[in-house]
Amino acid sequence: MSYLAENQDFPSSQNLESLRTPDPDGFYGQFGGAFIPEMLHPNVEELRNCYLDIIESAAFQTEFRALLKDYAGRATPLYHAKRLSERYGTKIYLKREDLCHTGAHKINNTIGQILLAQRLGKKRIIAETGAGQHGVATATVCALMGLKCIVYMGALDIERQAPNVARMRMLGATVVPAMSGNQTLKDATNEAIRDWICNPVDTHYIIGSVVGPHPYPDLVARLQSVISEEIKWQLLEKEGIANPTTVIACVGGGSNAAGAFYHFIEEKSVRLIGSEAAGHGVHTGETAATIALGKPGILHGSLSMLIQNGDGQVIEPYSISAGLDYPGVGPLHAHWRRVVGRVSCP
Amino acid sequence: MVSERIPFLSRNAKLKVKVEELITGDLPPNQKHEPTRLKQLFQHKPQNILSIFFTAGHPTPDGTRMTILDLAAAGADLVEVGIPFSDPLADGPTIQASSHAALENGMSLEKLFAQLEGIRSETQMPLVLMGYLNPVLQFGMERFCERCAAVGVDGVILPDLPLAFFQKNYASLFEQHGICPIFLVTPQTSDERIRELDTASRGFLYAVSTASTTGGAGGFNESQVAYFQRIAKLKLNNPVLVGFGISDKTAFDTVCQYLNGGVVGSAFIRAQEADISAHDFVESIRGGK
Repeated sequence: MSYLAENQDFPSSQNLESLRTPDPDGFYGQFGGAFIPEMLHPNVEELRNCYLDIIESAAFQTEFRALLKDYAGRATPLYHAKRLSERYGTKIYLKREDLCHTGAHKINNTIGQILLAQRLGKKRIIAETGAGQHGVATATVCALMGLKCIVYMGALDIERQAPNVARMRMLGATVVPAMSGNQTLKDATNEAIRDWICNPVDTHYIIGSVVGPHPYPDLVARLQSVISEEIKWQLLEKEGIANPTTVIACVGGGSNAAGAFYHFIEEKSVRLIGSEAAGHGVHTGETAATIALGKPGILHGSLSMLIQNGDGQVIEPYSISAGLDYPGVGPLHAHWRRVVGRVSCP
Repeated sequence: MVSERIPFLSRNAKLKVKVEELITGDLPPNQKHEPTRLKQLFQHKPQNILSIFFTAGHPTPDGTRMTILDLAAAGADLVEVGIPFSDPLADGPTIQASSHAALENGMSLEKLFAQLEGIRSETQMPLVLMGYLNPVLQFGMERFCERCAAVGVDGVILPDLPLAFFQKNYASLFEQHGICPIFLVTPQTSDERIRELDTASRGFLYAVSTASTTGGAGGFNESQVAYFQRIAKLKLNNPVLVGFGISDKTAFDTVCQYLNGGVVGSAFIRAQEADISAHDFVESIRGGK
């Protein structure tokens, strides 16, 4: 199941900016916000007040860019998959985020957030992880900067993603199993938020996706936007064109897709396809296709599409893939789908 | 403004008018329902208020009403009834487990209101509902307030409903139905924000004792006592009850020295699970007075 951001209902040029930038309260249209208990108010407020000034400052950008290049190994290749292209009668390029240091795009976000945490004077880092890629990326930047790292991970995910657990531990992180619910990503996120409630002063929470209370979705999208920034110049270099016809990315929480779509969301001519985990099938009840099936609801501090029952209880999602089995999705995806898209079954 | 933002509210044309009333001015006085039970409680008994929290639908699906009546008979001043939620972020293991068990028992807001139907013919003890925002939003905030008013619920605590969002969207709805909105403050909350949260609250203000989820270790140190004193010195509009980490008589007596009373939750739930009666539990906190 995928959602397709199409251009027929595109907003007028003056509010194009609203597609990728939330309003001051953190809303993308109807979705987003910061629905957090008062215990988290000082932390989230501090972040909200500082994040733009910090990440847009020249000093931050210099350090961030240098680490992306020399530590994470960017720019990642844009590879022409010749035989796949021939098979489908088109030209397909693969943006090789898997070739980043630690093996995923997650490191783009964790480098940015560890620099932010340092500037906020935080001494302790917490994170949630599903597949373990975000956990490894967080453990890595904590090792780099010498900060204490605690990663919450569902007990089931710890079992099925053992190699990543070993990597996190080798990097010096403490991996704490989340024992509630299905013992997957949602439950790990609950435990990370509870940790933050209990450690409000010295701790920064590095959320791994474009989810959570404002300003996280915007913060993470900005840090991941390097993906589409590179696609743009690489495509110009290789093909002499400014835009592709289509960008396709998988959506769990949606940080990879947010990064890949970011610099194209205002381009009417580019089709943006987000692909969700169908599980055993969208209508089997064992699925993680949030945008296809969800209704507006609040989870982890944000109003977005949510797989839930009629009483507003979150339904445990299913996917064979650790990390895609998340019952919510970034509020910006909920907004993009609503404003510029429609749901389609490919 | 609400209708643009929240999909589940946009269908409700009536609410739009109310939000406009909120922005342009107050409702005529004759349309306001004055909340009285909480006000009277604190007028008659400004100190040593004991509030007990339990999760509706736990340990038995249908025990809500009997638990409330038992607590009233046992001498609790106030009861907070927890609305179970699948992902209770601010709660520790005990309330998480009770919430999970309640959902397994088939508990829902609809059932809770049915269980509370007619309870005002049996007790005038103030009742507060406490829960997370999503189940209430799916039920419908206006319908929720109407049902609260109809069964005689006095106040509502929704920890993940932020102050600004409440003021913009729901304040007049609560006022119109005579439902007291009760906000939380924490040791990290600035004096200025405590005053804002106090101004928005009715009935009482809920002071979270420490940086913790519910059911914490308890035992208050100097910095917590300083925090209770800081709140007391602010001379707020509302009485203040302290919750989180109050599991025994010692902790309850400590908070009562500085503020109007305390809330016991996880410890009561553990007592329910151990078949300790409401009477014995309340006596253990009050110390047999």
